[in-house]
Amino acid sequence: MDAAAPDAAGAPLELLILAGGLSHERDVSLRSGRRVAEALRALGMSVSVRDVDAGLLSYLESARPDVVWPILHGATGEDGSIRDLLELVGVPYVGTDSAGSRIAWSKPVSKTLMARAGAYTPEFASLPQSLFREVGAQAVLDIVLERLALPLVVKPAKGGSALGVSVVTDAKELPRAMVTCFSYGENALLERVIVGTELAVSVVDVGEGPVALPAVEISTDGAYDYDARYNPGRTEYFAPARLTPQAERAAADLAVLAHRTLGLSHLSRTDMIVDADDVPWFLEVNVAPGMTETSLLPQAAQAGAQPLGDLYRSIVAAARLTQRD
Amino acid sequence: MNERSQQAPVEPTPTVAAAAAAAAFAPAAPSAAAAPTTAGGTTPARGTRLDPWLGNYADRTHGMKASEIRALFAVANRPEVVSLAGGMPFLAGLPLDNIADLTQRLLTERGAVALQYGSGQGEEALREQILEVMSLEGIQAHSDDVVVTTGSQQALDLVTRIFIDPGDVVVAEAPSYVGALGVFRAYQADVVHVDMDDAGLIPEALEETLTRLSAEGRRVKLLYTVPNFHNPAGVTLSLERRPRIVEIAKRHGVLVLEDNPYGLLGFDGDPLPALHSYDPEAVVYLGSFSKTFAPGYRVGWAVAPHAVRERLVLASESAILCPSMMSQLSVSTYLSTCDWRGQVKSFREVYRERRDAMLAALAEHMPAATWTVPAGGFYTWVTLPAGLDAQAMLPRAVTGLVAYVPGTAFYADGQGQDHMRLSFCYPTPERIQEGVRRLATVVNDEYELVRMFGTGAATQVVRGTQAPSPNQA
Repeated sequence: MDAAAPDAAGAPLELLILAGGLSHERDVSLRSGRRVAEALRALGMSVSVRDVDAGLLSYLESARPDVVWPILHGATGEDGSIRDLLELVGVPYVGTDSAGSRIAWSKPVSKTLMARAGAYTPEFASLPQSLFREVGAQAVLDIVLERLALPLVVKPAKGGSALGVSVVTDAKELPRAMVTCFSYGENALLERVIVGTELAVSVVDVGEGPVALPAVEISTDGAYDYDARYNPGRTEYFAPARLTPQAERAAADLAVLAHRTLGLSHLSRTDMIVDADDVPWFLEVNVAPGMTETSLLPQAAQAGAQPLGDLYRSIVAAARLTQRD
Repeated sequence: MNERSQQAPVEPTPTVAAAAAAAAFAPAAPSAAAAPTTAGGTTPARGTRLDPWLGNYADRTHGMKASEIRALFAVANRPEVVSLAGGMPFLAGLPLDNIADLTQRLLTERGAVALQYGSGQGEEALREQILEVMSLEGIQAHSDDVVVTTGSQQALDLVTRIFIDPGDVVVAEAPSYVGALGVFRAYQADVVHVDMDDAGLIPEALEETLTRLSAEGRRVKLLYTVPNFHNPAGVTLSLERRPRIVEIAKRHGVLVLEDNPYGLLGFDGDPLPALHSYDPEAVVYLGSFSKTFAPGYRVGWAVAPHAVRERLVLASESAILCPSMMSQLSVSTYLSTCDWRGQVKSFREVYRERRDAMLAALAEHMPAATWTVPAGGFYTWVTLPAGLDAQAMLPRAVTGLVAYVPGTAFYADGQGQDHMRLSFCYPTPERIQEGVRRLATVVNDEYELVRMFGTGAATQVVRGTQAPSPNQA
């Protein structure tokens, strides 16, 4: 099917991209939204880009877009709430429904479900700031250091773009990493570091079942932090990744497993580490993966032969026909 | 870090991978659902760093990049957020109808001139009017000594361009205007900060620093200073110190770069004499219409000793050919036909009211912090309770719907974690009150966290720009 083609009533398809929002990742979202809009406009699709604000509901009411694509990173864009709202409004939208989003948004919950589904995921503890207050910060840190052991990754239990993330190799750095993390949110995830190849595997489902795109390997000088993600230079990407055939298959399988297990739709991106034994370890999954010039899903798609715009158009077309429960 | 990447590459078969990837999301490939993996065994020879020109950039562009902190300011313009971060002037008070009329007349009567190239130095008539504006601060100059620029920011760039070789020292106040630090960094200057107190730059500290740098064999080229209503510190150089600062710099062979965008926006009494007025041969003075009229015209200027001015004009021509004629003639017409003095007075009153609102709110909500009391301008400089790190706290503030600029943005050497700059120029007094109230909650929560974990402020390596962009509130 062709998403830019007129619908049954003869009108061209109208896509509304939601970008911006009130989150720490607003800037990335705005850039992602513009990139997707450009790619689709080049194919002749009628695309509007809009922020989430007090005028949104009345706009949806009057403009009546055929499909909404929420390219909102962080907070309401990924925690399921905007999708709940779109379901209440009754407009077709791109991506995972609210239930799947809620699960994917919480790293501890998605890691737990993936472990139950048989995937490897690094050992972790999920600790809210309130618990440190109740039990005593030093006592909690001591047991974390004793049982989880260094090196550790400390990150907000919810959120993306590596905001608030620290890699702790020295016990003295742990308190500061906790402060940094809690500045972004109430819950911290402390996770053992798996040494290996860092991968992002995007999954696309345009109505024929989830399919993994070529894995993108991330090789960073230092941590893959905000600077490494959005300023070209420190990070070298390999797409497809430099993997053995069995590791490549295992990585693709893990991403598809995440997509299916967590109930995701249309597109997702699973971040993982492949260890020295070719075993991929699940880290987290994104229901609104970044779509900027330096983002991973577009790179994965470009590692294939089909232009990005075609992929996005197929996704929009699939979303239009998706029946939500 | 990556053992696998060091293995010998497997025979590359990129075409297989590309074909498989294409099939992977093509709706016409039903087999994809049955076999949800990509083709295996591919090993490209090289990765990508996503910028083919990466190896070609000049050394001086190091540091010109996005940062986590800057990205957080993206929310500043949302109406839910009270931004005490930006430096946008309050323009709602401008007589826009009059300005629209004069613009129309300008285009109708002198359009062919207004839309044409002009001289590199700037319009003669405007330079004459600039002398009149500057006379309020005791500056006596000739219109030949004035170079009109695209905002005083361009003048800052031009002065740095003609004086600074990589490794030369610029002495600047601690803290210092973030936009100047960016220029100095771009020309690979080494910025050395000198302490201030409530009366501005401390002459003894300047003397000591210049003596020390000289003993170390360093080449100090400029003393960069914002004497009035300092950005970000909010303090003003006292009358008594002004001639001393000029004398010390001159004795050490250091040119004073006096940046004075806020000089006419004092809340009490007449403007203090500019540093330039004490020794025009020892000072390059920078002025601007951005705060006294409107920043959208991008009209600023430099006043410089004649030989310096010659080079500034040539440097400006090589950068931009000439400043915008449309902007210059608009500003010139505004100055000659509107009550610009009355307008500046009304701006002053607005900003004084907002300053008062901010200081009252700080006293009410943040008794554990200290702050400077600005006698003009846009900013106050807050010192947080010990142990707090304003940069680490910013995400919490964004969650709490309030924004500020962390102190680290205003130092070239990683200091400033325990400070933040609060601006009172743009939000209304009510919004300022609400913003400070929110900020107090953020500070209290962060304080509890920092106490719980026993961390203090630490010098951090900061990558990229940490200040909002010019159009962020």
